[in-house]
Amino acid sequence: MKKYFYEFLKGIIKENPTFVLVLGLCPTLAVSVSVINGIGMGIAATFVLLGSNVIISLIKNIIPARIRIPCFIVVIATFVTITEMTMKAYSPALNRALGIYVPLIVVNCIVLGRAEAYAQRQTVLKSLFDGLGMGVGFTLALILISGIREALGSGKFLGYTLTPRYEPAFVLGLPSGALLVIGLLLGFFNVLKNRKE
Amino acid sequence: MSVAQFLTIFISAVFIYNVILSRFLGLCSFVAISRETKPAMAMSLAVMFVTTMSSIITWFIYRFLLIPFGLTYLRTISFILVIATFVQFVEMVIRKISPPLYRFFGIYLPLITVNCAVLGVAVLNVDMFFINGKAIPGSFYYSVFQGICVGLGYALAMLLMSGIRERLDLCDVPKAVKDFPLAFIIASIMSLSFLGFNGFKF
Repeated sequence: MKKYFYEFLKGIIKENPTFVLVLGLCPTLAVSVSVINGIGMGIAATFVLLGSNVIISLIKNIIPARIRIPCFIVVIATFVTITEMTMKAYSPALNRALGIYVPLIVVNCIVLGRAEAYAQRQTVLKSLFDGLGMGVGFTLALILISGIREALGSGKFLGYTLTPRYEPAFVLGLPSGALLVIGLLLGFFNVLKNRKE
Repeated sequence: MSVAQFLTIFISAVFIYNVILSRFLGLCSFVAISRETKPAMAMSLAVMFVTTMSSIITWFIYRFLLIPFGLTYLRTISFILVIATFVQFVEMVIRKISPPLYRFFGIYLPLITVNCAVLGVAVLNVDMFFINGKAIPGSFYYSVFQGICVGLGYALAMLLMSGIRERLDLCDVPKAVKDFPLAFIIASIMSLSFLGFNGFKF
């Protein structure tokens, strides 16, 4: 049990997909305008990661090594399509807000990266926990980035006004603000890492 | 179909909604390969070629396969598969026909398969130039042109960035922001300056 818990936990801090592995930044930056979008994207990506990790580790023995990447992509794309259709049916507003970034989960480097580096070598249960951990780590990173952007860029958190006196810095809601926040956060985590060493 | 429409597509794809600086597509390759100008140039050319070709191919697939058979929900799967196959095919052809060209940008081609910009253009074309499951007049030309322009926007951002980073190599920067963090901060300032094109209309 303990080793499964480790697989789950490593995705959150030690191998956080966004801040440590620096993978899958396109959706991270694009949807992090508000926390609610960030959470929606995080859940969608977690579902895809979980599904693709489990299926790929199940079929790892019957995939020929040479064409494994196309096989992985088909599995991932299937889960993305399921996510997209579910989201369209049950939460059209979120689907509109996330726009083209929902189908683009297919080319999110985290998903393919975990399939290639982890799921094709490990057991099903381990892959499941790995996918879950990576997904939760990704969601937490999204909440952190979108929390900073929403709080400073529009003075709100999850849609609630934090303080009426604050004059929002609009630049953080713009694309350039996203790049700035991720740059500074990566620098900040580097400082923490250097200090530890 | 008019010249103004094409100009609008050009300005918005290259400047206002630049793939990298405003839509965040293809960021991974942008920060990883923009250290020097020459590889950045090769990568940009490869991306431009693939976005153009994939715009053409995905338009035909969407118009003549997915719409007539009511399979539009298979958009993501079919597009990514076709793009991956096409890129693999081009790589094989180049390796056979022209080894120097293969050495020039062959190693960047496999990377492009998982470049969000390529799938992004295909999805954007479908979203913009098909209304209620029908192609708008001239949609094929618009799609191809948008493919070219997105590639141009990528090349522009890539060249600017690699030029800046080559200079930065000579500077003494804090250890914590070296490489990736600094690249993002520079990209943020570039994105801010591209914001000046906003509100450009014809």
